[in-house]
Formats: sequence, C-alpha cells, structure tokens
Amino acid sequence: MTTYLLKRLAIALATLVLASMVVFAVLEVLPGDPARLMLGMNASADQVELLRNQMGLNAPLVLRYLRWVGGLFSLDFGRSYTYSVPVIDLVRERLAVSLPLALIALALSTIIAIPVGLFSASRRGRAGDTVAMGAAQLGVAVPNFWFALMLIYVFAVWLRLVPAGGFPGWGAGVWPALKSLLLPAVALALPQAAILARVTRSALIEVLNEDYIRTARAKGLPYRAVLWRHALRNAMIPVLTILGLQFAFLLAGTIIIENVFYLPGLGRLVFQAITQRDLIVVESVVMLLVAAVIAVNLIVDLSYAVVDPRLRSRQ
Amino acid sequence: MKLWKTILAATVLALATGTSAFAARTDLVIGIPLEPPHLDPTAGAAAAIDEVLYANVFEGLTRIGPKGEVLPDLAESWTISDDGKTYTFKLHTGVKFHDGTDFDANDVKFSLDRARADNSVNAQKGLFAAIDKVDVIDPATVKVTLKNPQGSFLYNMGWGDAVIVAPETADTNKEKPIGTGPFKFQSWAKGSSITLVKSDNYWGTPASLDKAEFRIVPDAAAYVPALLSGDIQAFPFFDPDSLAQVKDDPRFKVVIGSTEGETILSINNKKPPFDKLQVRQAISYALDRKAIIDGASAGLGLPIGSHMSPANKDYFDLTGRYPHDVAKAKELLKEAGLENGFKATLKLPPPGYARLGGEIIASELRDIGIDLEIIPVEWAQWLDQVFTKKDYDLTIVSHTEPNDIDIYSRKDYYFNYDNPTFDKVIADLNLTSDEAKRNELLGQAQKILADDAVVGFLYELPKVGIWDAKLQGLWENAPIQANDLTKVKWSD
Repeated sequence: MTTYLLKRLAIALATLVLASMVVFAVLEVLPGDPARLMLGMNASADQVELLRNQMGLNAPLVLRYLRWVGGLFSLDFGRSYTYSVPVIDLVRERLAVSLPLALIALALSTIIAIPVGLFSASRRGRAGDTVAMGAAQLGVAVPNFWFALMLIYVFAVWLRLVPAGGFPGWGAGVWPALKSLLLPAVALALPQAAILARVTRSALIEVLNEDYIRTARAKGLPYRAVLWRHALRNAMIPVLTILGLQFAFLLAGTIIIENVFYLPGLGRLVFQAITQRDLIVVESVVMLLVAAVIAVNLIVDLSYAVVDPRLRSRQ
Repeated sequence: MKLWKTILAATVLALATGTSAFAARTDLVIGIPLEPPHLDPTAGAAAAIDEVLYANVFEGLTRIGPKGEVLPDLAESWTISDDGKTYTFKLHTGVKFHDGTDFDANDVKFSLDRARADNSVNAQKGLFAAIDKVDVIDPATVKVTLKNPQGSFLYNMGWGDAVIVAPETADTNKEKPIGTGPFKFQSWAKGSSITLVKSDNYWGTPASLDKAEFRIVPDAAAYVPALLSGDIQAFPFFDPDSLAQVKDDPRFKVVIGSTEGETILSINNKKPPFDKLQVRQAISYALDRKAIIDGASAGLGLPIGSHMSPANKDYFDLTGRYPHDVAKAKELLKEAGLENGFKATLKLPPPGYARLGGEIIASELRDIGIDLEIIPVEWAQWLDQVFTKKDYDLTIVSHTEPNDIDIYSRKDYYFNYDNPTFDKVIADLNLTSDEAKRNELLGQAQKILADDAVVGFLYELPKVGIWDAKLQGLWENAPIQANDLTKVKWSD
C-alpha cells in the first residue's frame, strides 16, 4: 500500500511539472498584449513599452518561466497584471463561491442519482424504469443554461423566493449566501445527476447478472438486502470514477452557469483573465486546477481500494 | 371593549410603521456588463472604470455634463489670457478628500504633473501634451501655461483621466479610490459588485442616494430576470436585443439616447486595392446603413456620413454623400479596373454590433463582387493584429471616445490614412478656441473624411437605458462613458 501510494505521488508530481510547461508555453504564444489592453487605443507605443517593463513582461521567456514555477513551489502565485493584487487572494475569493457550489451540486446530484439508478435497475424494462430513464435522457439533453433561466423565471421572478443572481458574500450571513447558491446548484446538479443515474443503473444491471447475486438470492436473502449490500457496493467503482470527473468539472467548468447567475466563481475569473490576457492569473489557476484534478483522481483511486478489498490485497 | 381598543391601537401602529416604508428609497443597484480592472481612472483605458467612479467618487477641474458641455467642477471659475496660452483656475475652498485631508492647488499641480510625466501610464496622456507648466499661485489658485493655445483644453480637463487625486493616496487608488466627490468608495467584492456610499463632508450639493451598488452582470441573458425580480433597478447600458421583453412593462422606463461611439467599417488605406479612392467609395455606396442598423442594433442608432456624433453641436449631416447604390458601386469598381471583384478579409471583434453587422456587410459587398472572408477575433487579438500591427483589410469597430476626429491625422494610426490637407485642418483646430471658427474647421474635417471615403461610416451606437419608472436623474445620453449619480433620486 505504501509503495503504491509513493508511486502515485511521484506520477502526480511529474504530471504537474509537465503541465506547468505546457500551460506556460501555450499561453505565451497567444497573440495579445496585456499592457496594450490596459492602455487602450489612445496610448502611444512608448507608453505601452513602459508599462510592459513595469509589469515585468520584457524579461526573457525562460527566466519568467523559472520565476513563476519557483514562486509556485513556495505557494507564491505572483501578482495579477490587471487587478495588481496577489493571484492567491483572487483565487481564495473565488473558491469561497466555487467550492461550496461544487459541493452542494455534487451532493444534490448524488442524492438524486443513486436512488434513481437503484430504482431503475431493480425494475429493469418495466414502466418505472422507462419513465426514470426517459427523464434522465431529458436531463442530459436539456442545456443547463436554458434550465437555469427557467429556474430563475419560476423561483426568482415569479415566486420571488431567491435572488435572480449575484452573490452577497459570506459576510452577509450564511443563509443569504447559501440562498444565492441554491438555484445554480440545482441547475448544475440535474444534468450531472442524469448522467450519474444512467451510469449507476447500467453498472447495477451488470452486477445483478452475476452468479453471486443469484447465490445470495438462493440462500434466502431478501431482494432489497441483495441490492443494497451486494449489488450496489460492487457497482460503486464506475460510479466513483464519474463522481471524481464531475467534481473537477463543477469546480471550474461552470462558466456558463456562473454567467447566467452572475456569480463570481473560478470559471469566470479564468475566462475574464484570458480575455484580458492576464496570463499570470490564467497560468496559476490552471495549475491549481491541474493539481485539484490530480488530487481528486488520487482520492478516487484510493477509494476504489476502500470499496473493493481485492484491490487492497493486490498491491 | 378593551380588546377592540387593543386591536385598533395595533392597526394604527401597523399603518404608521407601514407608511414609513413608502418614504422614498435611498439605495440603488445598477447593473454593469464589465468589471473594471481596477478603480483608478488615471491609470487605465477601460470604460468600466469611469462608469463607476466618474463624477461620483472623483472630480476634475472641469467636468462634462449630460449634453457633453463643459461645466465647472473643482475649479469654480477660470480666466484665459488673450494669447490663449495661460489658464488661471480659481478653486473651490473647503473641499476635502474622502480620507479627511484638504484639497488645494498643490493637489491639482501634483495630478497634472503626474499624468504628463515621462513615466506616466495614463491611458490618455495626449490630453496633457499641450501643458508646459503648472504653477501654484496660492492654495485656491492654480495657473496652467500651455506650449500653444489649445481649443479643447477645458474639455480635456473634464475627462475621467484628468481627475484630481491626492499625492498620499494616488498609488493606492487602484484598490481603494480616494477622491473629492459626493460618493465615497465602500467596498469591492471582486467579480461581483462595487459599493459606494454618500460622503458626509461633500463640498457641493449632497447626493440624494445614501448607497449605490454597481453589480456586474456579464451575460445579457441575465439582464431581464434581474430587472423583473427587482434585484437590479437600472441598466444604463442595456442589450438592445432583449428590449422587446420589457419595453411595454409600465414598471420600467426605456430611454434611447446617443453615445459618442462612431461605428465604422475601418479600411486599411495603404493596402491594395483599398489604396484606390474608387474602391473605398464603391464600398461606401454598397453599404445599406438602414439594413445594418436593423440587423446589428435592433433598429436603434442613427446613420452617420462622417466621424461625428449626430448629437454633437458640430455635426454636419453627410449621410447623403453615399446613398445605397449598387450600380454606382459596380461602376466605380470597374473604373478601378476591378470589374471582376476581388477577395479580402473582414476581422470582427466580439461585440454584437461587429459580429452581426459583419455578416450583413459581407453580404452587401458580395453584391458588388467583393468576396469577404470573415475572421472573428478576441479584443486582445484585435488590438495586437489589427490596431498595433495593422495586419488587416477591413474591420468593424465603434470609436467611443468623444470628439476624436483627430485620430485620422495621427501618424501611424491603424487606418493608414495620410492626407496633409486634413492634417492641416486638425492642426488649425487645435490652435483655435473661437467656437464659430472651430465649428467651421470641424465641418471641413468631416467633409474631407467623407470625400476620401477613408472608412465606411455606418451608424452612431445608441445608448439603450432601462430603469425603474420611479427613478429620476440618470443620464439619457452618453457624451462620455459615465454613470453620473449625483442627481439621481427616487420619486415618491
């Protein structure tokens, strides 16, 4: 188990270093100059040059890469070109929105998807299954921004239960802040739940055809117990894989939902930074996300071992 | 009986407290599409900075009013020497910055010297180019000496980039702006909102609002629900395409005004075949401005025939110079030896006016045999490739700076236009302060640009504002990009 863990950590570190090179190189070849963007169309070329020097953009490429990576190791992510505040402060502010949002959406999606998957698998081919999977199909197909707008019109414009968008900040109190995350979380969770329910169902159906399920039933265990104790646990591996992928997506891939609800999340920070060529912010946030994805994958790998004792003994 | 009394008393009390809720509101939430990168108007070109801070937090010697006129601001009056080179400003006294320090002539000298210094990164450094020296006469008097007379000097001093800042706080204004205006900065939740509150020790007429929050709403799809739910009460720059959903709702007031944004089909004047006058004129004849305005701007916006806003007092109507005439356009192309047409590129930045207008223009130019390849670009790419490197044939952009006809005389500007006669008119204009003479020169300048068909003049970008019907005092037009809240109030 320890060698397994060490090996995984070494791979994770190598991935990070490789990713840092790719991220830096790709962004450096993007056309566009952050200094010109800040000064606009009326500034002279000399002035743009002056600002480039002030921003440290004129240093050689390799030097800038080493400076940036060196900073990353000491958790110094540099200063934003446009905001001129430390990148880490920007990220911290945005994570205060994106992390709770991702967690609520993930919890909602799991709470909906697992029971629906169980229900469908145990009634395979019957009316209930058809209805549930039809709904899931719809959930996958409906664009989430459209669904978000429908939620806004019903719950914010018509019923006036929650705000139509925006985020008051955690300083305004836990309930007002949570309230503004509810609709976006639902809008994010439903399509994810639809995917997860389908995966759960097919994984369960596969398991339910196994010999040991018949054996368990033959020895007299009630169907419900077989489903929960034997089948679900064995079907967990693909479900966990999908959950891990979904978490990574929910953390930063939610730019469309963030725009519809005008939430100051991580996705919008990256998007804004790209359009303003605030490269240091893009590079650092992308690296953080790479690290997050690697960490989530590591956790998922380790959780396989928890649900499946065979994987534990093999290593 | 006693019970009845109690109920009556309770009812009276409820009514009394209830009516107090009907007193005029003093808070306002305004939706803005773009977040300012920072909060220092003297250190960036982004319009979003002025849209939050101009006139509200920061003030200059002069200011621009709702009709584009120059008004006194921190300078209560001024005198101009006979040679037009010396301006003596008399300043208001008893003015305080929001951090409690006093404002005086030294702050004016500091601000102007800082903006025109060698290491200045003021985005409109050109506004200060004519200044020779700034002298403090006494705490309430400052004398500005110019290298040469400049007709637009008082106007220039009214720009957001020329506001007066204090030496102690100039370097921290990006995060914590300290000005002299009727509102002071309270907080900035990045990506979310910027909040201003009324300043208690304001020198002039105090603001009616106690609190104003600028909320950043990047997606036009979110504008309508934000209005309908009451979360946001005003969008001074609304999306024209979403107007149909709310324009008949009596709870809101829709105000269509003008801007200083000349939307043009820019042409690379040095790149063959666009260096031929006939080709550029053919393009002008091929454009159907009405169709472009209908398709790109929901039918709002006035056609233009040269580089001047129809709302400007120096506007000359030249829209009749090139009526939509496909036959005439084809004839001109034939004269230029291009009767079989040619291929070119059209680079389009992200705004709707460019992307939607580009499709229409491409089809109109195809009618006269010009085959355009549409290339969508981001702003960063546009500034790099089109504006800086001049690597383009045609592009569409709105020039939103006020009174900017002089850009056509700038050396090395991206139009690649070079006409000594035009340059002479602009040079004369810069030295003229007499209003009648300026009007005549500006008329000449507009006519030369139209005759040369330097670019395809399309239309003036409209300002589509929508706000709560009970809200008063927001600007109808946008002579500069600002959301002046100093006179805004709720009616009862």
